[in-house]
Amino acid sequence: MSQSLLELQSVSKSFGGLRVINDVSFAVEKGSRTALIGPNGAGKTTLFNLISGVYDLDAGSISIDGMDISHMPAHKRCRFGLSRSFQNIRLMPHLSTVENVMLGQHSRSSLPGQLFPIGIGRNRSVREAEDALQSAGLNTYPGQIVADLPYGVQKRIEVVRALMAKPKLLLLDEPAAGLNATETDALLDLLTQISATGVTLLVVEHDMHFVSRLCQDVVVLNFGEKIFHGTPQSAQQEPAVLEAYLGTDHVA
Amino acid sequence: MSGYLSAQLSILCLNIIIAYAIFLPAATGQLNLGAGGFAIIGGYVGGYLNSSFDGLGWAMSVSIPVAALITAIIAFALSFPILRTRGVYMVLATFAFAEVVAGIVLNLEVVGGAAGFPVDGHADLKILAPITIAVIVFCWFLLSTRFGLAMRSVHDDENVATLFGINVRWIRVAAFTLGGLLGGLYGALYGHQYNYIEVQNWNVLFNIYVLLYVLLGGTQTPFGPLVGALFFTVVPELLRALGESLNSELIADGRFALFGILIVLMMVFRPEGIVTRTLLERLSGRKTQEAVT
Ligand SMILES: Nc1ncnc2c1ncn2[C@@H]1O[C@H](COP(=O)(O)OP(=O)(O)O)[C@@H](O)[C@H]1O
Ligand SMILES: [Mg+2]
Repeated sequence: MSQSLLELQSVSKSFGGLRVINDVSFAVEKGSRTALIGPNGAGKTTLFNLISGVYDLDAGSISIDGMDISHMPAHKRCRFGLSRSFQNIRLMPHLSTVENVMLGQHSRSSLPGQLFPIGIGRNRSVREAEDALQSAGLNTYPGQIVADLPYGVQKRIEVVRALMAKPKLLLLDEPAAGLNATETDALLDLLTQISATGVTLLVVEHDMHFVSRLCQDVVVLNFGEKIFHGTPQSAQQEPAVLEAYLGTDHVA
Repeated sequence: MSGYLSAQLSILCLNIIIAYAIFLPAATGQLNLGAGGFAIIGGYVGGYLNSSFDGLGWAMSVSIPVAALITAIIAFALSFPILRTRGVYMVLATFAFAEVVAGIVLNLEVVGGAAGFPVDGHADLKILAPITIAVIVFCWFLLSTRFGLAMRSVHDDENVATLFGINVRWIRVAAFTLGGLLGGLYGALYGHQYNYIEVQNWNVLFNIYVLLYVLLGGTQTPFGPLVGALFFTVVPELLRALGESLNSELIADGRFALFGILIVLMMVFRPEGIVTRTLLERLSGRKTQEAVT
């Protein structure tokens, strides 16, 4: 019997009277690969923002590994095994690629440790970041400026940065959006490899083909409500899901 | 060393220290237009501790660090209300802080009010230079630590920085406070270098110039303040010398206008400052194309 790593209970959130997340409950099993899908504006990103602490909850609770994080400040949640990437690339434009990845290590550093130089030479932190980039199939040189890299590479760097926090749960917001076929395959490889190390994945994705290749579980949101939770195969036969996507070609 | 050269080098040292005082918060994305406030506090506390008490004042080796420390404590206390503000409001809040400090000291009779205050102990270039080097090394070191990486991350995207575990408020407070420490150090050293201080030394123009030379130098790397301070110290002198040697009144009299035009041009062509990450990468000769996906 598997345990759940992430648990949402009756989570709700409104923006100025508009209810964007309405009484959403679901659990993500430890070690699983779960997709969060739904039409544009369904509230997927908002849900990620609630889990990671960008917004406060209006109602309900969120717990990770049995620990209630509903009211924990965002900067502390990282330390409890939560890390994420962003729908729109949010790499630091003035940091090098390696420095961007090293930012992901921050939550594992102690206060005295923060006063040791990491920007001089190739010390342990730098090597760890370089190794992580390398094992994700990304070779960069020291000082590489992120903005100079192709979009697909930047997307993967975001995943590597998130991974540097050694999360139990990785939240990925549309990691495959805008990638070409080769880049998508590289990403799938990377995510499969990450999953194999025991990290639980919760992935927002539109492409059902991608979802069925990666995930064994799908949660479907529509207008802020959870309308389905099951396997990708059954999602594609579920009338409510098909209706939510009606008129769009998202569901293959 | 000629008197002229050592005088200019002293000015350069002082300008570098105050540049780093404003650079530290700027590196986290905070615009501080209150350099003069720190300078006044450091200058007057340092001068008073050294020169009052009928010749029983403290030695410079004590008065200067104590002045810097007291300025830092005041900066720390002020950082909480000031850092609640953002962008242009923060600029205004820091500016208001400097004005309030100036107003208070102008009316403080124990330190001479508007008449100024003579300072006994003299700090010459032999004292200024090593302290300046220490400040440069300290700031470079700080920027190279994980704390420095956190500062630069907060500058770029504070929301993402937060999600990776950085306590943004603490980073901002620390940067502002350390800036206060260096600003107080600058003020105390200035008083001991010229042996006379008055509030007018640190007026509105001073606040603007310091922020300008930090922005002009660039806030992305610790090279920035060095280049900015050098530019602002050396270029006006060069223009003056040029005017003299060409016997051109236009250049001699209009050098500040010329200087202003230069600044505008720099801001147009290098809005992120003279020294940027990209520039350093280009200079180091590595080619972007080497990057492999
Ligand atoms: N900060 C916010 N303020 C107001 N409305 C918001 C905010 N964030 C999201 N929304 C609204 O919430 C709804 C869901 O958005 P989002 O979570 O981004 O959808 P998805 O990621 O599923 O496409 C949209 O209608 C959006 O306009
Ligand atoms: Mg979204």
